[in-house]
Amino acid sequence: MTTARLRLAGQVLAVAAVAALLALLVWKLVRGSDGGAAAELASGRSPAAPAFTLPRLDTGGELSLASLEGKVVVLNFWASWCLPCKEETPRLQKAWERWRGEGVVVVGIDAQDFRVDAKRFMKRFGVTYPVVYDGKGSLLGRYGVTGFPETFFVSRDGKLVGERVQGEIGDEQLERGIEGALSASP
Amino acid sequence: MKLLVAALVALALAAPALAGGERPRAVDLEAELVCPTCKSTLDHSDAPVARRMKAYIRVRIAAGASAGEIKQELVEQFGPGVLAEPPKRGFDLLAWWLPLGGIALAALAVAALAWRWSRSRGPDAAAAPLDPALERRLDDELARFEP
Repeated sequence: MTTARLRLAGQVLAVAAVAALLALLVWKLVRGSDGGAAAELASGRSPAAPAFTLPRLDTGGELSLASLEGKVVVLNFWASWCLPCKEETPRLQKAWERWRGEGVVVVGIDAQDFRVDAKRFMKRFGVTYPVVYDGKGSLLGRYGVTGFPETFFVSRDGKLVGERVQGEIGDEQLERGIEGALSASP
Repeated sequence: MKLLVAALVALALAAPALAGGERPRAVDLEAELVCPTCKSTLDHSDAPVARRMKAYIRVRIAAGASAGEIKQELVEQFGPGVLAEPPKRGFDLLAWWLPLGGIALAALAVAALAWRWSRSRGPDAAAAPLDPALERRLDDELARFEP
């Protein structure tokens, strides 16, 4: 009787372990394929832009997305080793200079990069808009960034709106994105 | 005396060079570090960031940095994900001990099962005494074949 009970307990334990591993696998698959906020945006929703607080590269201190509430934010993910980033940075700088007086902020997020390289890049291209450093790329998964550069538009109420631009952004896309975010804002 | 002084000076100058023999090799480090964008080791990656990391490793080796220092610097920039193997300390030790623990548990389970199986077989059937009537009948049957 005791042996039978032990055998039953062992079987229950084994089944539970297999079920737990299976659940973990399913959870990982589902979570891994969600594509972050970009996937929600692509499906027509306007998800809240994932929050962040990261150290700044342009000055000291940190910058949080929450501190920009009430402004339209152009979020640009880049790295100094990315070739298209070199092409689009002057456009982003131009947009920052043109729109900053109308409550628009361009924020660069330098990811998976050497700090020193990023600062050299910013100096070379005369970047004056805020740039934060995410060396580990901890924000990439939450936004669903799949490569560099990528650009998102955040409305005044902190939601991702319009289209997410993968690859080098053009002047027209930039204008359209900013105008769209301004008009989407309450 | 001059010769002795010259030899001592030569030894002192040679010391860094001798220590240089323990310098890390770029190829070893490239096999132990992972490209953050493509997730393969640097020696198997030609991604732009991997190329930049390889250049960084060479510059730091030339500057006399140890393997540990170079890895630490890269971890500070890119996070612990750049290490091909998890560090052997703290919570990361689990990654090393769990597989060994699993193997030990499996061995214990096999040993326990084998022990139980050997005990459950009971006394050897061949050694058990036969029923007297059956034994008699068997003797009679066998006697029929005797010449």
